[in-house]
Amino acid sequence: MAEPLISVRGLKVALPDMTRKPLIGRAPLAEILKGLDFDLPRGSVTGIVGESGSGKSTLGRALVRLIEPSAGSISFEGRDISHLSEAELRPLRRNLQMIFQDPMSSLNPRRTIASIIAAPLKQNGFGDNLKARVAEALQRVGLPQSFASRYRHELSGGQRQRVGIARALALSPKFVLADEIVSGLDVSTQAQILTLLEKLAAEMGLTVAFISHDLSVIRRLCQQVIVMREGRIVESSATDALFDNPKDAYTRDLIAAIPLPEIDADWLRPATKAPA
Amino acid sequence: MSADCLDIRNLSAVLANGQRVLRSVSLSVQPGEVRALVGESGAGKTMIGKAVLGVLPSSVRIVEGDMLLEGEDLGRLQPKARRTLIGARTALIPQDPLTALNPSRRIGPQMTDRLVRILGWSGQRADARIRQLLDEVQIRDPDRVLKSYPHELSGGMRQRVLIAAAFAAEPRLIVADEPTTALDVTVQKQILRLITQLQREHGTAILFVTHDLGVVAKISQKVSVLYAGKVVEEADTAALFAAPQHLYTRALMAATPRYTDPFASLKPVDEAVLAGLAAEIADADQAWRPRHG
Amino acid sequence: MDEARIARRGVGPRLWLAGGWLLLALLAAIFAPLVAPQDPLAQDLMLERLPPFWMSGAEPGYWLGTDSLGRDLLSRLIFGGRIAFIVAFAAAFAACLVGSTLGLIAGYFGGWADRIISRIVDIWMAFPPVLFAILLVAVLGTGLSSVIIAIAVIDWTRFCRVIRAEAMGQSRMDYVENARIAGYDRIGIMLREVLPNVVPSIVALLSLEMGIAVIVEAILSFVNLSISTDDPTWGGIIAEGRLSIHQAWWVLVFPLITLILTVLSFSQFGEALKARFDPVLR
Repeated sequence: MAEPLISVRGLKVALPDMTRKPLIGRAPLAEILKGLDFDLPRGSVTGIVGESGSGKSTLGRALVRLIEPSAGSISFEGRDISHLSEAELRPLRRNLQMIFQDPMSSLNPRRTIASIIAAPLKQNGFGDNLKARVAEALQRVGLPQSFASRYRHELSGGQRQRVGIARALALSPKFVLADEIVSGLDVSTQAQILTLLEKLAAEMGLTVAFISHDLSVIRRLCQQVIVMREGRIVESSATDALFDNPKDAYTRDLIAAIPLPEIDADWLRPATKAPA
Repeated sequence: MSADCLDIRNLSAVLANGQRVLRSVSLSVQPGEVRALVGESGAGKTMIGKAVLGVLPSSVRIVEGDMLLEGEDLGRLQPKARRTLIGARTALIPQDPLTALNPSRRIGPQMTDRLVRILGWSGQRADARIRQLLDEVQIRDPDRVLKSYPHELSGGMRQRVLIAAAFAAEPRLIVADEPTTALDVTVQKQILRLITQLQREHGTAILFVTHDLGVVAKISQKVSVLYAGKVVEEADTAALFAAPQHLYTRALMAATPRYTDPFASLKPVDEAVLAGLAAEIADADQAWRPRHG
Repeated sequence: MDEARIARRGVGPRLWLAGGWLLLALLAAIFAPLVAPQDPLAQDLMLERLPPFWMSGAEPGYWLGTDSLGRDLLSRLIFGGRIAFIVAFAAAFAACLVGSTLGLIAGYFGGWADRIISRIVDIWMAFPPVLFAILLVAVLGTGLSSVIIAIAVIDWTRFCRVIRAEAMGQSRMDYVENARIAGYDRIGIMLREVLPNVVPSIVALLSLEMGIAVIVEAILSFVNLSISTDDPTWGGIIAEGRLSIHQAWWVLVFPLITLILTVLSFSQFGEALKARFDPVLR
């Protein structure tokens, strides 16, 4: 394919380490991401998998420029956005959207669903015809129009996450970051949300970075996978290749640790070293 | 009387506003057996564990049913005798190992406290026992761990400590409330392996609360599937996975993701199944009157 | 959610009782010349130390009795309410405006803004508040406006601390981050996403602060540092009542009850309002 939508080169992110903050003065920086290189092709869904501390969420927040990289570059449609100021980023924001992990904390409790979905529209110059646009966004994610006047606490977990998706997609962005968007949901709801995202991504030609700890979900949704560990990429390839023939030992461990819903008496046996 | 380690018969509980949260739940756990309670949020699976341990929130009231712990009817005991019995014969492995430990006290005294205070062991005996258990959960440097504060240990390490503490007093029954939900998959596998190993060696019965059918398949021999506080299906685990009977169980299985079969799994639960269940429950509630006494 | 619903059931009577008393007292104060049975300043030595209406020796028209100068107690309490409410509203709003604004800035922006504001608050709070107030009034001179200024200057820190903590918690929520993604600037986010979520706390604090202002004003009157005219104030009445406690206990007891009821009602009213308008609690 042609030029990728997002291209990441030598990306490093260092954040203040509050656990080592001295009594007086600044906290020392801890390097969370230690030099990442990858591309997100246009219209692709890329899974980013890793365990806690792998840096996958930090990577996500760097991709939508909620945090500034300490080194390396992030190019969006060929333009380096890694050090743009908040004001310079504002016109780009409509194309860099995000769906959050916890729909409870990502929806302001004091705003109606309509007002939440309308906020990015208003801010990005789509203030005309707001009602119709909000209605369209609700319909797109399969929520009834009556939800427009409701508040967060009146919705179930799955419905909240639908609102999160509606808000992120209201601007028809080019890129969407989905950060563990189903990890707090029941399996039945999870399946609904994933099916919805899958459908919308295809319909709208979205480029999606899908952060998850669940490889089963990633296999279903993503065309390529990036496996992260301790701030580095340990393996990155097309999804089928990764599952059928994982190259890295850590990837193999991750896959082997997934408890499949089927009886397997050997699964809990202590691992025996496979002959080399 | 009964050979069951735990026998719950017809247990119903309501909230202060009269809404039912447990609907005539019956289940039993044999000695040395792992029974999984599986269901989605609001299914009441955690509530059952809390009822057994006698730690239900004050807003929940048991209105009918019996709970027998090794043949002793918990409902007929005086509160103090009940607490002593539950304290001596059961233990909990909690979901969140961080909030289950007091952040301002070292691990060592937190682990031995229960043995010394509630079971009346000598400090020396308790200490020796704890070290033995830490060895069983494969903690190689017990001195460091016992002197640590909870935040100084990793999530997996804290859960090992809590597993050791749960098995230390040789309970007959352990309630494990989503003990691996907060953990990474690779750590989860180690912890599940440890729990199984200790459970077999000590012959402990476990009531294992989880939302994950994958975990159910790996760890339990029996399983009860819950929906809205009601047991919709109960079976041998092997039989359940070979041929789930209830529509809801089948729907749950189809919704559970499976990397080996990505497009046959992750199927949204059919609205008709849920509507049918809701109607069934509403009918049952209409007809239901708690039998007191 | 069910627990919250149960909790809300208890909010009803509390809101109505506290609100009812405040409304009654406020209306009485506003329409004091109409509702007060007597002139609060009229002295009549023939009527000195009349007991309240249910005791023998009471005079009709003097419901709560009279003080040692024969002034009607009820009328004095009603007129005293005027000063109390003026001070309560003006001082609390002033303290709220200053404190909440600074607290919001410190909590949401963090960094050096937070460091400077927090340091000032720390220093401020090192002064004992009542002493500080007495000192301030002594410097500013007595009078209604000095009392209001003194209370606001002392108590803005109460708003600042609470609102800072809440704004700090809010600024860590995902919807604040999302507002950045939506393209809002920092001030816009503060006003749009953070402020509405701290409003219930501001309301509760405002009501509590009104109660506190009533007490501080009473204390200042008690030590004769409030309003230097003859206008009756609750603190002033209490100070006079203290002198004749053995001959006429009512002159001390009724203003005390009025003061306590009012202060209690303000704090309860605020709490109830907060619970009522908090969708998170609902």
